[in-house]
Amino acid sequence: MSDVCIVGIGIHPFGRTDGVSGLDQGVFAVRQALADAGVDWPSLQFAYGGSDAAGNPDTMVESLGLSGMQFINVRNGCATGGSALFSAQMAIKSGEFEIGMAVGFDKHPRGAFNAMPAEYNLPDWYGEAGYMITTQFFAAKAMRYMHEYGITSTSLGRVAHKAFRNAVHAPHAWRREEVPLDVIMDAPLVSDPFTKYMFCSPGEGGVALILASEKKARELGKPLIRLKAATMRTRPPGSFEVFAPSIDVVRGGSATRIASTDAFAQAGIGPQDIAVAQLQDTEAGAEIMHMAENGFCKDGEQEAWLAEGRTEIDGTLPVNTDGGCLACGEPIGASGLRQVYENVVQLRGDGGGRQVPGDPKTAYTHVYGAPGVSAVTILER
Amino acid sequence: MHAIAEGLFTEETPPRLVGGRHRQTGRIVFPCPAGSDYEPYPLRRQGTLWSYTIQRYRPKSPPYAGSDSFEPWAVAYVELPDETIVESRLANVAFDAITIGMPLELIQIPFERSGAEPVLVHAFQPLSQPSGQPTGVSA
Repeated sequence: MSDVCIVGIGIHPFGRTDGVSGLDQGVFAVRQALADAGVDWPSLQFAYGGSDAAGNPDTMVESLGLSGMQFINVRNGCATGGSALFSAQMAIKSGEFEIGMAVGFDKHPRGAFNAMPAEYNLPDWYGEAGYMITTQFFAAKAMRYMHEYGITSTSLGRVAHKAFRNAVHAPHAWRREEVPLDVIMDAPLVSDPFTKYMFCSPGEGGVALILASEKKARELGKPLIRLKAATMRTRPPGSFEVFAPSIDVVRGGSATRIASTDAFAQAGIGPQDIAVAQLQDTEAGAEIMHMAENGFCKDGEQEAWLAEGRTEIDGTLPVNTDGGCLACGEPIGASGLRQVYENVVQLRGDGGGRQVPGDPKTAYTHVYGAPGVSAVTILER
Repeated sequence: MHAIAEGLFTEETPPRLVGGRHRQTGRIVFPCPAGSDYEPYPLRRQGTLWSYTIQRYRPKSPPYAGSDSFEPWAVAYVELPDETIVESRLANVAFDAITIGMPLELIQIPFERSGAEPVLVHAFQPLSQPSGQPTGVSA
């Protein structure tokens, strides 16, 4: 099987764009990606499009051209983007197609997501009584983790501080002003242990990635950014997930751990070989926990890692180089693809003020979300 | 006052939460799922605090059915040994006195609803207190 390469990337700035629909933000990203790849719309053979709350992705053919192409919509919670990308690479790996696209976009109202219990096979009382809230889960998971492994609030603050500092140099990010560490730490609590700067917000944005077989990529004359692994996994027994009225006393693994392990096996490399990583940072605790769940460090080592700046742009493993979800917000359908976009920028050396030094050759992305799904990619140049 | 949902509590005094026990694997969950895979399984009333957070903003309605006036509350995961770790409100403890590992016991507290009569929901309180009396004070 030939490698699948990413030959074009496009992004609509994340944040709030009044007057532009989520779908049109997706169209914007597609046009940018086509220009980047140097191909026109009719030359794409297929698309997988993801959106959680902003309409049917395939309706964008009306804006982009009625080429008759195969266009499959994907809606898979927080793994929507990852699932679109996984599907797109399979379409090429199988030999069915030479070139196509994964696109994701979304446009969420302000404030926390208001998920309904029935969508998650939960009783109505669970929502009525005020449990149907993602922030409660993230906070309770982090609170337990900090207790077990000695992670301090200062480390949470450092994660958020880094996010906004990195985002200053990312044109597509939403919150691009540095926030001093003490301001982050002293801000009002949203859900303990997190202050308002430590949670990402649902937002808007669109990302498109054009994928091609290695043969096609060579024809296009693009630098070969290879998608060495793309995995999407659901939860194993004993995990602790969003919207859990109960969890097992015997603790188990997580969707992230198996998606990560399988991705490394596919790519034939290990965590120590990764030069830059984008890890789901729905809040500051998630980035910390996901460092360990993805195999980059042991539980508890994050405290020292953050104090020593090892996840900074110039550290041993730069994490969330564009500010991640904390600075970019989380338009569900686009969020996972944004991470891959950022990694392509880094592997091409186009990161400008946020460029990881040392000519990075490998890059890792990870998303996590309800009801216990995770998607991982590994890119190599 | 009746409970927020049928089948959540046992009929005894004081009541227990009704979990579900998987008929094949013995796995215990809360609440008891519909269908025939799980049989109702009353959960023990006492446990320890596994983790928690404070809900400091009013959740969106729907699905939240609470009254328009909002006071922060503590949300806990309470480990019931050998059974399951159940999500619950915490009651009758100051936020800054909450510590992971503290012994807790089940009570019922009134839940004020918007445009509807209050109903009883489950909560856990520190074990040392007189049990069973719903006070509804959470901080």
